[in-house]
Amino acid sequence: MLTKRIIPCLDVKDGRVVKGVHFVDLRDAGDPVELSRMYNEQGADELVFLDISASPRGHATTLEIVSRTAAEVFIPLTVGGGIRSTEDMKKVLKAGADKVGVNTAAVKDPELIRLGAEKFGTQCIVCAIDAKAVFEEREDRFMVDTEQGRCWYEVYIYGGRTGTGVDAVEWGRRVEELGAGEILLTSMDADGTKDGFDLAMTDVFSRETNIPIIASGGAGDKDDFYNVFKNTGCDAALAASVFHYKEYTVGDIKDFLGKKGVAVRI
Amino acid sequence: MITIIDLGLGNVNSVMRALNYLKVSNRVSSEISDLEEAEKLIFPGVGNFFEASKRLEINGMKQAIREQVLELGKPILGICLGMQLLANEGEEGGISKGLGLIDGRVVRMSSEKVGLRLPHIGWNDVSHRNLKLFSGIDENACFYFVHSYALELEGDVEHSLSNYGTDFVAAVKKDNIIGTQFHPEKSQKDGLKLLTNFVNGVF
Repeated sequence: MLTKRIIPCLDVKDGRVVKGVHFVDLRDAGDPVELSRMYNEQGADELVFLDISASPRGHATTLEIVSRTAAEVFIPLTVGGGIRSTEDMKKVLKAGADKVGVNTAAVKDPELIRLGAEKFGTQCIVCAIDAKAVFEEREDRFMVDTEQGRCWYEVYIYGGRTGTGVDAVEWGRRVEELGAGEILLTSMDADGTKDGFDLAMTDVFSRETNIPIIASGGAGDKDDFYNVFKNTGCDAALAASVFHYKEYTVGDIKDFLGKKGVAVRI
Repeated sequence: MITIIDLGLGNVNSVMRALNYLKVSNRVSSEISDLEEAEKLIFPGVGNFFEASKRLEINGMKQAIREQVLELGKPILGICLGMQLLANEGEEGGISKGLGLIDGRVVRMSSEKVGLRLPHIGWNDVSHRNLKLFSGIDENACFYFVHSYALELEGDVEHSLSNYGTDFVAAVKKDNIIGTQFHPEKSQKDGLKLLTNFVNGVF
């Protein structure tokens, strides 16, 4: 039976792991290679590195970190952040990534997904979508009924700083057609709150697309992981700060899920 | 020495990294002379069957692999697409020929039949593990899979199964010819153990 994946995410800036609330107010959370090693030992199913460095030197440092991690951690590694071309993809894959995360550049030029999938295979392309609920009725948007009211989801780019007006569900369907192998779905509303994953958003994406969905944003408690697997069709759940600040280990989460009847790799 | 066959398609370096970590001497190569010098071959693969099939026809690579494996009896481990390419033919990207080392064909896992999303990505357990390749590995161990196509065997060939809506071939063995649909090089300690078994001739 295919198990549900637990994925720690490392936001890497200039060689350090950082974490913020709503993509701002960054705090230092440790050494990326050390954290990767620790999560691997705890039973992480995969690791995601998100490079948020602003300089070429910062990006080069991230590649070094990926390469050092890949030499000793034998689980799938996804690397995203600042990927603008298939040339950029090639660089991170060469450094040791198994998959490449694309976000802003793909929204601006969706061909990037198609080109990447053609060149490296669909399994290589993870499309990250950062989205936020907009509570207004629109005929030309995919409307969703949530506990907070009726809304549609808007795609944000540039690390969650810029709204695009693009319908996120529509975009999700499109990236599947273009050849993305997975969607890493971050709820901007839930991110950093520790109030739990955005169940309504995750649910609609898992219904409206046919590729695996990785739920992200809002993990604070063990129950949050259980709820997202129980109430939505997502394949994986991603979290950062609950792991970085050692509130729970990956093993704690998996033991808990296993006891509640969710299939996980122990 | 183990030669990791590189068709210049996907990223084969993760197998190299795993062997380096296990301190097993290895070489990533697309040269036939390196196949001849090797004790064992690993044929990893990500990418498209049709494209790989075309590459196999270049410079006599296909013939060289068949010679090393069938005539000289060198063990070969095909991984993911590498396992699929052991078969007679595949339908991904149009019908094309594989290495013809194992009787079978590679077909798309039907998402209607499976009733689940494709690609099949993630950690899945393996049943009917009668192959020695799994020696010393916990019975509930999971391995990492990424694929949308699966091998349909013809005739009686030893194999293990995994289930994703329906049973499919997770590992296969015919004499010195071994294949895994999953990626041992990405399956943490259990995957490393399986690679060690292959290196030590335990299959």
